[in-house]
Amino acid sequence: MQLLGKAEKGALSDPLFENNPIAIQVLGICSALAVTVQLEPTIVMCIALTTVTGLSSLSVSLLREYIPTSIRIIVQMSIIASLVIVVDQVLQAYAFEISQQLSVFVGLIITNCIVMGRAEGFAMQNKPFISFLDGVGNGAGYSVVLLLVATLRELFGSGSLLGIQIMQTASQGGSYIPNGLMVLPPAAFFIIGGFIWVLRTVKPHLVEES
Amino acid sequence: MEHYLNMFITAAFIENIALAYFLGMCTFLACSKKVDTSIGLGFAVICVLAITVPMNNLIYNNLLREGALAWVPIFGDSLATQDLSFLGLISYIGSIAAAVQLLEMILDRYAPKLYVTLGVFLPLITVNCAILGSTLFMVDYDYTFAESTVFGLGSGFGFALAIVALAAIREKMSYSNVPPGLRGLGITFMVTGLMAIGFMAFAGIQLN
Repeated sequence: MQLLGKAEKGALSDPLFENNPIAIQVLGICSALAVTVQLEPTIVMCIALTTVTGLSSLSVSLLREYIPTSIRIIVQMSIIASLVIVVDQVLQAYAFEISQQLSVFVGLIITNCIVMGRAEGFAMQNKPFISFLDGVGNGAGYSVVLLLVATLRELFGSGSLLGIQIMQTASQGGSYIPNGLMVLPPAAFFIIGGFIWVLRTVKPHLVEES
Repeated sequence: MEHYLNMFITAAFIENIALAYFLGMCTFLACSKKVDTSIGLGFAVICVLAITVPMNNLIYNNLLREGALAWVPIFGDSLATQDLSFLGLISYIGSIAAAVQLLEMILDRYAPKLYVTLGVFLPLITVNCAILGSTLFMVDYDYTFAESTVFGLGSGFGFALAIVALAAIREKMSYSNVPPGLRGLGITFMVTGLMAIGFMAFAGIQLN
């Protein structure tokens, strides 16, 4: 017996590129822009978000037959908020410096539209296991874009990756002159805009009519 | 007075919630196709922020922070030493959701015209990260009640300003020939990036 059938594989791999939450569904952009100056906090953020999305989809899906439709938003909200509190407390206990760096953005996972969107759009209609995979898949799709953006920004903005100097900058006696724009917030917009451009050129059926 | 004016300007321009912290981006990008809708949304954000930030300030200072429960007369000293700040996130989001619901009912009853204009945006605002984000910043910076009111108004105003400006640019942009892959979302990202650079020019402004 195979552990993952076709539907399960699809739920896991579709959100990576074909239906990427950031580039195609336009969900969860806030944190994608704000935490990606350096690679390390970005990795922590990705792990946190993927955990929350997966577990919230799982719990919403387990409870889906007992949640009255009229108050479902508030029920989903409290499930997500409780999970985020757990993640936040774990980060404060074991990775205090990074949690200071991420400051409000861990809390803002609650209002990250990816979590809410998957709970509302997928987990409410599907079985627990596949909902969990869908949540993890969407978290991974989010992580792909974030890691890409963070790699570009840290490498070209300060010549390092994960804090290790890759290219010696001019001020340290090397030859690389850091691109100051990459450290500034607007750079994230240009990189994600470019990512969308490339993705839509490779897959023309995603181009918007306008 | 000057202190508050300064805070308002900082919140609205220099630390613009949309263009410097990138909060509320989902709504920012999705509801900025037309100037009319963006004005409605901007106004709703101002209303909600001006109510929820001071309200959460009261909740944090009187119920959650360490030693905040000292005013409760029963149970003696045991309550005075409690630190409930880990319950912050869930209380803030609950109070925001409740405030939005209340605002909706009040507007429906007393200002039906405004209610129709804001319409779909009000419930959407509950999950707008600009609202929760402002509350979290308020807690981080340890603002007083008056300061948090000004901060809420200022960030709401900044968000409204940014979204109306973006909508106006997007309306004009429908006449330009954008490369197919960039159409719609892609070019909006680029424009927002350029706007963010523009807003950086406000850095360092201070009224003294």
